[in-house]
Amino acid sequence: MAPVGHTGIVRQVNENQCQHCMPLGGIIAFRGIAGAMPLVHGSQGCSTYMRLTCVNHFNEPVDIASSSLNEKQTIHGGEANLKKALDNVRRVYAPSVIGILTTCLAETMGEDLDRIKRDYRSGQETGCPEIIPVPTPSYSGSHTEGYWAATRAIIAHYARPTELHRCLNVIVPHISPADLREIRRIFTLMGLEFTLIPDYSLTLDRPFAGRYQKIPEGGTRPEEIAAMPGAPLSIQFGATCPDSLSPGLWLEQEYGVPLITLPLPTGIEATDQLIAVLEKVSGHPRSETLVNERGWLLDAMADAHKHNAEGRAVIYGEPELVYALVRACTENGIAPGVIATGTRTSRLALCLEPLLAVLDERPVFLEDADFAAIETAALRAGTNIAIGHSGGKFFTERHGIPVVRTGFPVHDRIGGQRILSVGYAGTLAFLDRITNTLLEQKHSSYRRLRYEETNRTEIMEGI
Amino acid sequence: MNTSSVIPEEAACISERQDSILTAGKSKKSIHCADDSLAGSVSQRACVFCGARVVLNPVTDAVHLVHGPIGCAAYTWDIRGSLSSGSEMYRNSFSTDMKERDVVFGGEKKLAACIDEIVEKYHPPAIFVYATCVTGMIGDDIVAVCREATRHHNTEVIPVESSGFISGNKVVGYRAAALALLRLITPKEGERVEKTQKLNFLGEYNLSGEMWLARRYLAEMGIEINVAFTGDSTVAALKQAPGACLNLVQCTGSMHWVALQMEKQFDIPFMDVNFFGAENTAESLRKIARFYDDPVITGRTERLIERETARIRPAIERYRQKLTGKRAAIYVGGAYKAIALIRQLRGLGMEIVLTGTQTGKTEEYATISSLLDEGAIVVDDTNPAEIERFLLEKKVDVMAGGVKERVLAYKLGVGFVDHNHDRKECLAGFDGAVNFAREVYISTCSPVWKYLRTPVGGA
Repeated sequence: MAPVGHTGIVRQVNENQCQHCMPLGGIIAFRGIAGAMPLVHGSQGCSTYMRLTCVNHFNEPVDIASSSLNEKQTIHGGEANLKKALDNVRRVYAPSVIGILTTCLAETMGEDLDRIKRDYRSGQETGCPEIIPVPTPSYSGSHTEGYWAATRAIIAHYARPTELHRCLNVIVPHISPADLREIRRIFTLMGLEFTLIPDYSLTLDRPFAGRYQKIPEGGTRPEEIAAMPGAPLSIQFGATCPDSLSPGLWLEQEYGVPLITLPLPTGIEATDQLIAVLEKVSGHPRSETLVNERGWLLDAMADAHKHNAEGRAVIYGEPELVYALVRACTENGIAPGVIATGTRTSRLALCLEPLLAVLDERPVFLEDADFAAIETAALRAGTNIAIGHSGGKFFTERHGIPVVRTGFPVHDRIGGQRILSVGYAGTLAFLDRITNTLLEQKHSSYRRLRYEETNRTEIMEGI
Repeated sequence: MNTSSVIPEEAACISERQDSILTAGKSKKSIHCADDSLAGSVSQRACVFCGARVVLNPVTDAVHLVHGPIGCAAYTWDIRGSLSSGSEMYRNSFSTDMKERDVVFGGEKKLAACIDEIVEKYHPPAIFVYATCVTGMIGDDIVAVCREATRHHNTEVIPVESSGFISGNKVVGYRAAALALLRLITPKEGERVEKTQKLNFLGEYNLSGEMWLARRYLAEMGIEINVAFTGDSTVAALKQAPGACLNLVQCTGSMHWVALQMEKQFDIPFMDVNFFGAENTAESLRKIARFYDDPVITGRTERLIERETARIRPAIERYRQKLTGKRAAIYVGGAYKAIALIRQLRGLGMEIVLTGTQTGKTEEYATISSLLDEGAIVVDDTNPAEIERFLLEKKVDVMAGGVKERVLAYKLGVGFVDHNHDRKECLAGFDGAVNFAREVYISTCSPVWKYLRTPVGGA
């Protein structure tokens, strides 16, 4: 379907990228699996770039192995290098699972990963780690698709027919470690047992311990994943996740695990929706803690609503986060002027349609967008606040628009891993960041603006 | 837990990497280096494309168009902290954003269309078109597309043959960039560049304004910079490069070969210089003055050196007192920087216990080994596992290196000095020597380490 409100300009060149490439998302998913080590099958540069991007965002060492393909292997096949890489990764890292993410180079070479994997494993004695290959060529999608594809592949690799148990499946989109911890806290407060996947809340945000752990502790354990087919229910925060990549849908289709798809719980409506589901599933009413947190959020919404009404936002990034942020903004009277994602295969347009149809003014919506298009639309729409990752800083710096940093990557500020935006508490934290950014603008400009408005000679019409 | 006494339980090195690690003073054999990275070793290196991209990126008014799927452009967007006095065009990241269809049917048409769009929107004086893994693999003829676009648009569209898989060593990418630069600066038929008394400054990327500082020193001596390769350069200024009477070469890895070619083609002699550290800066300025062989220039140079050295001495001495006896590690891209860092850290009274580079050559490693005290480790193309081992074994207080090493050092409670592409402080010249000393001091002697290195409840 045609994206709603698309500008209609078809450009060939991508000028300032809003998304990263597919294997990067796969790496983050594998970081959420206990004992896993990601290995990128391609040129040395790919893994180094992705390490750099992760390091700058998470402020953590993020080791990613590479098969370091060179010219010879590109012509004759990368099998030998890949096997050598597997050997060396095992020697240094001793992982229990190796996730192989392919690159555009490996896919263009036509590497048969399943055969190479079988061949490698058959040549090994016992104790060979699990190997999960995931095709993630950069030309097929962004890091968002890579994240979903790897999560789905990991579940498909481990899942076994399991007797029905009480432990829920909780499948999360690419969010911050702080958000992961908050989701865990909410489910725990509701007294539920659950398997959270992928859980990189500790692996990509490590407490200081004086040692660098080559494979950090934490992550969803393989035995938990194996038992996911026996869950009474999957809850997947993935309203925008395409069916073809959906881990929850796969579990439903393969094993009949009922799937509840929820949006990422940012904003009061989305969080209410989640808590209502959890009350029903657990049979318990929400705890007092959550009642209070909801109350604090409502209180803050009232306190801030007039300030927020001055916000006209350009919101960009990964589809699931963008959807959640747009909802949180509209609930609080912050008008979305431009909504954009660099990804092109999500269900974001479908999700947004009913929401945008009732707004006073229809925002511009851009899919498969670059920052050149976002910049043009943001200026035309008169936006005064940007919400998204650090990539937006280039155009916002030019025009003096502040960026409330959320999403991935945040490379020009510290603490990308700690940005909290989910649940009542996270929504409140998000809202305070927005409101205070608007207030800072207001306080630094209103004296000058009022003077200018009241001292100009021409009379303004139509106010 | 007292972390400084922890020694990793297992030997982290892969046996094939043993020849890439030396102990200074103990070994007479030369180091194994300048080879492809070992698969699976988690090298800190990048690729050919990255090498080409970082060398050309500071050409401020050129468009840098990456021909390939989105990742290559996204990861190298504004990758260097090179500053510009004019155009900010170079800080944009252009990609042909190849999709599956383009990979199957070839990307030449899309490349041509992208060039058309860019020319129409920006009319840039030059477009550098970078080949990536996929475009190299499927055999897109970027040379032909660029030739046709140059003719059609009457602007310089220059191919950079930088398919990543050619090598994991950035140095190979430096050569691809060098070829592109030579193509740009070589006068076309009928063009003439007048010879001048100005000099070119090769391998200077104006990170945090370092070229500007060198330019101030040279101006005081009475010498003008023609153009830097490539810090704060423009296409028009680069085209005047053949008019220089001398080439200074700082980053030898990226520019030594260019200097050789320019000597052959344009008869421009070259000399190595190094503006990292006060001593190196003074030596370099004297060397340049000697070339001009003019008593007035020599006099000005000596006065400048005397004044600046005296000016910074108290600050350096203050930091030296705080830092004497502390232990430092170095892991950087190129050997010239490693050598300069050894000298600077030593000048601050520190002991260098580990030095490594991503791209050093055999003879450069010999120099490094000869500079170090017995027992210091020398390492080529290392990895996190080895860095961890050496930082702990050698009880390092502070490390100088790039972003990926920074977080690793912090995880071990080790201080860190950013000597990378993206640094925000000027580390060159006399002022840079003070900035550097200050950065070493604030990290090495930060109060935070006391808490990180002490177990809960006190020592």
